[in-house]
Amino acid sequence: MILIGERINGMFKDIREGILNKNPEPIRHWAKRQMESGAHYLDVNTGPTVEAKDQPAIMEWLVNICNEAAALPCCVDSTNPDAIEAGCAANKHGKVMINSTHADQWKMDLFLPMAAKYNAAIIGLAMNESGVPKSASDRAALAMELVVNADAHGIPMEDLYIDPLMLPCNVAQEHGIEVLEAIRQIKALAPGVRTTMGLSNASQRCTNRHLINRTFLIMSMAVGLDSAIADVDDSELVDAVAAANVLLNKDIYCDSFLKTFRQR
Amino acid sequence: MAVTIAKERWTSKVNELVLGAEPNAIKVGGDGTLPFLFFEGDMPNRPVVALEVCDMEPADWPDILKDAFAGVLGDPVAWAKKCVEYGADLVCLRLSSAHPDNKNASPEDCAKTAKAVADAINVPMIVIGCGVEEKDAEIMPAVGEALAGKVALLGCATPNNYKTITAACMVSGHSIIASSPLDINLAKQLNILITEMGLAGNRIAIDPLVGALGYGIEYAYSIMERSRLGALTGDKMLAMPVICFVGQEAWKAKEAKASRDETPEWGDQARRAILWEVMTSTTFAQASGAIFVMRHPDSLKQFNAHVAKMMEPVKY
Repeated sequence: MILIGERINGMFKDIREGILNKNPEPIRHWAKRQMESGAHYLDVNTGPTVEAKDQPAIMEWLVNICNEAAALPCCVDSTNPDAIEAGCAANKHGKVMINSTHADQWKMDLFLPMAAKYNAAIIGLAMNESGVPKSASDRAALAMELVVNADAHGIPMEDLYIDPLMLPCNVAQEHGIEVLEAIRQIKALAPGVRTTMGLSNASQRCTNRHLINRTFLIMSMAVGLDSAIADVDDSELVDAVAAANVLLNKDIYCDSFLKTFRQR
Repeated sequence: MAVTIAKERWTSKVNELVLGAEPNAIKVGGDGTLPFLFFEGDMPNRPVVALEVCDMEPADWPDILKDAFAGVLGDPVAWAKKCVEYGADLVCLRLSSAHPDNKNASPEDCAKTAKAVADAINVPMIVIGCGVEEKDAEIMPAVGEALAGKVALLGCATPNNYKTITAACMVSGHSIIASSPLDINLAKQLNILITEMGLAGNRIAIDPLVGALGYGIEYAYSIMERSRLGALTGDKMLAMPVICFVGQEAWKAKEAKASRDETPEWGDQARRAILWEVMTSTTFAQASGAIFVMRHPDSLKQFNAHVAKMMEPVKY
């Protein structure tokens, strides 16, 4: 299970203030802390308050701070292609990840060559300009568009992370089961392709968010989820992932399994 | 039509373990593939063989074994030299005399023997105790100190005595054998405990306590293979080379011990007994064994001939 720490995002107040005041401290803090908590990637997002023209420079600044503070690759998260490219170029550890492309042809034509150029992994959202599909099979159909296009650009299947898009369970409750079925179908149709999701979406504006996130993550792992963008500061979530890795025979059991999962 | 060879891609490697000091150092492990699958990854080091030396005349060895070491059985130094003559990559000294039921030899006596053997040979040493956990914990610090600078492999550490043996290895620059009874979970946990004390992962050899052909070899094979798959997919706590104490198992099998008179249908005892040791070893080489502790010099020869063939590069 590849955990992508979600915390370095301008949507959070401390990160936003760090960006505005050019103070690297909160970014450094969360980079280190998420690494210690078991993250394999650091998601980096400037947030909506940064103007589009400033985003590439801010992204580069954020990635540089993360690189210094933690020996983890970054998951460069933006809708702005220039910001993504700046983040990819700045990443120093391991394989950078692009977050994300949609399944629209023009977006794939933009981001997939970029992924190839930087030897990056890339998250492909199973949606297009018509929005998030309702059914599992429509999600799987868009996932296959992503698979075919990534393959055409020579991107290895294990570098493509399909996100079937989970929606908040308080407003779009019927999507949960479709997402699970979509993961199953994607793994069956395109073995080798990886799957991921923005887990915290599942519990937006809900109470008991940790419980909802944790439950859905484990359900998703059971049907083939390989990765999640998640709150790794939630130690019960990380513990549950470590246990699920053992139960799914992905990690070999030992008494220290909670500890070894967090070591790299 | 050309045949496409299906290839696995592995993300990690087995640790490379260095045994002995320069210029006599040898390396084991370092594999980035399942054994001998050179088209999928590197296998930089071939499996190596240690011949076993006891610090007292072994009571339970059959004549076929004793004959190969006639004249040196009571003398560990001469015996070790004989092993090197026979072509052993390493010598494995077993300190049987430390056993309370034998001579209950003191740590100092054990250390003296180990030092004398190490000084007499130009191959790396493995030193194992008498198998009584508490006693081995007593003797290994003294043995480790006496062998400082020789970069030996000391054992066998169990969950009950690993602390002292690990400390001895750290202080005197040796590596450790971590034993667990055919249990991958316990093997992993013991490696964690040892590395938590500060001994690096590339200074541990896993001893899965294998059985001989006909005595649960399939089970040992599966455990070793699973452990290797774990290592190749990134499990650092299983990425240690495996040591197989084949001699002690093969030579206690009734197929090795029974004479031709007892079992005429089994054929010549010497041929059969040596084959038993060789077949057990080659099977474990295929399962990912890296260090083989054997007893008969002919077994060593036959095993090496097999390994030389297996190490030939493949064409695809």
